Amino acid sequence: MNRFAELLDRLAYEPGRNNKLRLITSYFREVGDPDRGYALAALTGALSFKHAKPALIRDLIAARTDPVLFGLSYDYVGDLSETVALMWPKTVVPDNDQSFPGHPSPPPSPTRGEGAQRDAGRRTNKTTDNDFRSDGRTSLSVPSPLVGQGGGYSGRDGNESSQARNHNYPPPPTLTEVVTTLRTLGKTELPRQLERWLDELDETGRWALLKLVTGALRIGISARLAKTAAAALGDKDPHEIELIWPGLSPPYLDLFAWLEGRGDKPVNRDPAPFRPVMLAHAIEDTDFQNLDPADYIAEWKWDGIRVQAVAGRDDRGHITARLYSRTGEDITGSFPDLVPSLRLPGAIDGELLILREGRVQSFNVLQQRLNRKVVSPKLIKEFPIHLRAYDLLGDDENDLRELPFAERRERLEAFVNKLDDPRIDLSPTVPFADWGALTAARANPASAGAGEDADAVEGVMLKRRDAPYLPGRPKGQWWKWKRDPHIIDAVLMYAQRGHGKRSSYYSDYTFGVWTEGEASDELVPVGKAYFGFTDEELLQIDRFVRRNTTEKFGPVRHVVHEPDKGLVLEVAFEGLQRSPRHKSGVAMRFPRISRLRWDKPPREADRLETLEKMLKADAAELEA
Amino acid sequence: MSGAPYITAMRPRDILMPVAAGLCCKPGGFHIDPVRPVERAVITHGHSDHARAGHGAVLATQETLDMMRLRYGENFAGSTQAMRYGEEIRLGDVRVKFHPAGHVLGSAQIAVTCKDTCIVASGDYKDAPDPTCAPFELVPCDVFITEATFGLPVFRHGDAADEVKKLLASVALFPERAHLVGAYSLGKAQRVIALLRQAGYDAPIYLHGAMEKITRYYQSRGIALGELRPVKGVKKAALAGTITLAPPSATSDLWTRRFPDPVTAFASGWMRVRARARQRGVELPLVISDHADWDGLTATIAATGAGEVWVTHGQEDALVHWCRSRGLQAQPLDLVGYGDEEESETPLADEAEA
Repeated sequence: MNRFAELLDRLAYEPGRNNKLRLITSYFREVGDPDRGYALAALTGALSFKHAKPALIRDLIAARTDPVLFGLSYDYVGDLSETVALMWPKTVVPDNDQSFPGHPSPPPSPTRGEGAQRDAGRRTNKTTDNDFRSDGRTSLSVPSPLVGQGGGYSGRDGNESSQARNHNYPPPPTLTEVVTTLRTLGKTELPRQLERWLDELDETGRWALLKLVTGALRIGISARLAKTAAAALGDKDPHEIELIWPGLSPPYLDLFAWLEGRGDKPVNRDPAPFRPVMLAHAIEDTDFQNLDPADYIAEWKWDGIRVQAVAGRDDRGHITARLYSRTGEDITGSFPDLVPSLRLPGAIDGELLILREGRVQSFNVLQQRLNRKVVSPKLIKEFPIHLRAYDLLGDDENDLRELPFAERRERLEAFVNKLDDPRIDLSPTVPFADWGALTAARANPASAGAGEDADAVEGVMLKRRDAPYLPGRPKGQWWKWKRDPHIIDAVLMYAQRGHGKRSSYYSDYTFGVWTEGEASDELVPVGKAYFGFTDEELLQIDRFVRRNTTEKFGPVRHVVHEPDKGLVLEVAFEGLQRSPRHKSGVAMRFPRISRLRWDKPPREADRLETLEKMLKADAAELEA
Repeated sequence: MSGAPYITAMRPRDILMPVAAGLCCKPGGFHIDPVRPVERAVITHGHSDHARAGHGAVLATQETLDMMRLRYGENFAGSTQAMRYGEEIRLGDVRVKFHPAGHVLGSAQIAVTCKDTCIVASGDYKDAPDPTCAPFELVPCDVFITEATFGLPVFRHGDAADEVKKLLASVALFPERAHLVGAYSLGKAQRVIALLRQAGYDAPIYLHGAMEKITRYYQSRGIALGELRPVKGVKKAALAGTITLAPPSATSDLWTRRFPDPVTAFASGWMRVRARARQRGVELPLVISDHADWDGLTATIAATGAGEVWVTHGQEDALVHWCRSRGLQAQPLDLVGYGDEEESETPLADEAEA
């Protein structure tokens, strides 16, 4: 487990893709079966056991530490597992010293008493018999006048010494042990088992263990990268692993045997496997000068959910249909109304939308169907699901992904025609001769073919005619060109520390706009944003928050926001909707900080009326 | 108390009091580490957030005075007076004594005694070994003023020698790349160099221009740092497999382009927290701190025997809570202007280039 933790730790800091690959491949080479198989499963998100709830981890740490200190630490670190890993106090096996390691507690005295002297003396003595601590720590020659009289005091003697003296710790668990134990462990046994492991592992090991058991192992590498690293072990094309992947399961003994030339290639028996999705880069103004319009096909970017709809025949010839999210999650259960339409073997890449009387509804409407545990007939009737097809990855038994996009598009048209289903249609292409024409189409989709559905157009997609369907975000193949977002100037009102990458900085901002108050204008909160700013800007805002806090409510800092004092944030967002839950009555979709307006006094920020006007312009689609 | 009945006992706040300019000692007529120009200043150590220019008279260790002179020029104060560790001086109604703080070369804790009450303003301190400065001395006192830079139990710094081993292992692993170690130019840089030498690394170590003056000063005080070379003017290819020390801000700017595929390391106590390291784009975090960690802070507070603890700059809340839970009187001191040395280190004058 410690070796796997070490790998995760190094991967977390290594930015270079090739260096990451080198690290993972060398891990696979060094570590034997079945540990490496479980590692591959962990890296690809293929491990399944009942995850521990964060509440359980909290209980464990609460039993060993002061709750206030834990709370403050968690607020600072911003990550539960890491906080616990860092502050976890190991059970101390009693030795001669009864006091808590590192904290000999003298009787506090209002005035300096003998207790202090005695204590200081004791500490000094202790330092001398801790000979392992002075290893490699002998001072370089320091001129004598610099050395004070009080030399020899070392404030610490606790944790390390008690650990070093204690030879009774069992060896730390292996990854296999952790994974297989977790699979079978009863719920009631879990806390004590975790506690044992936490005592046995080092700081990095504890961190990795907690990430693993809470199912939050995000270390910045994709499943694709892990598979590529595995492929490198046997000099195979990662594509080959992708194709057989859905039929494999941890600890992948057959896969590693094949990669090392000790066995045959495993066969994929899944009739409707997920294929890794191809993604686009956001296009910048400067990109156009290097692109030839003739090389590209344009289509609308619909504001729905990107999905892959796959159907295939099983061994007995029956059709199996599945709907996958862009990350490969099986979401068929949420959309049973689409399944009957997927009756031809093939794999469609498309957008999930709600259509009412042939008109595409806004994302707000589609949202009513997401993350539902129960899909009621009423829901299905009121929010009829629809698939708009962009691409065809497989046609019956044939894998089309190597074909150029233009050719796949022709096959797609034929496929959709043959299917002839009201729930599945073709996303139209947008004809254009030059970038000027496309700019005009993007600015006004209604006049360029999108017609009444123009409101559901998020922008345009540009796809190279000759682009094969490649997993991930390959350079220069697909571009997305979103419509200009809405922009307002708002005033920073409250700030909170972020989590994850932004932890320990004030990075969650609540902002407001002006509205008429009882006596004078006042700010009313209209949204919250966590991103959009650069790291440099984050530091600036963080500093501003810390220096301009007027009040603290728990973790929330109230930041100065007066007509002449405060920070104006330019906020970009995708849409607005009415919200009775917000005091302002409006809620933003996808708000982010687009610029810091240090130059602008808060009094010049936007007013609520501006947002209300935008709301009217956006039309109240929900009522439709 | 055997004094006349009309003399009430000195309250600690009558001796030292936080004011806008810093910690003010009224009966002694001076400020400790003032952030604004004052008539008489007593300075704990040379970091720019504690040692500022423009005071009338400055009392500090010789090293601190020298560092201020290096940073601000000859006329950084009206007059100066050097103090040795263990030396005591009478200022007004109080006695002032300097003790080593173990933070950086010349850093001192300042014990202020008035009548029977002793307050120790420890400035920044660490209780871990450091080959470049005198070790921290425990000073028993009634009131202990402690920093709280790493005042959370998640900060446990471990052995700096192990971190240096990590750096050397990386240098061995990537001989074709340059290793760029971000370190604060006063104290941390010299400590890292000394630790590298202790670990047996004897190749020349390269310095960013902003580090040279202060590092040469350390050498002039007898701290052995081995062969050091300015990195300026060295050919890119010649830097493969080498170690260069630079101010943290330099490790993320254009300046790094002169290095072959640099591995960016950063030596700081903040590196204990993953998000902090990632926020800075650090590839090789080295947990090496010149401030006491949680165990160091709490052990030191307990060992001073002080019944009252004042907590300044950093994570005051947690440390105050810890003190109170152990029956100590504790309060945060609202002092502003400290602790930024780590975030916005200004290069020493006339060394900005390089």
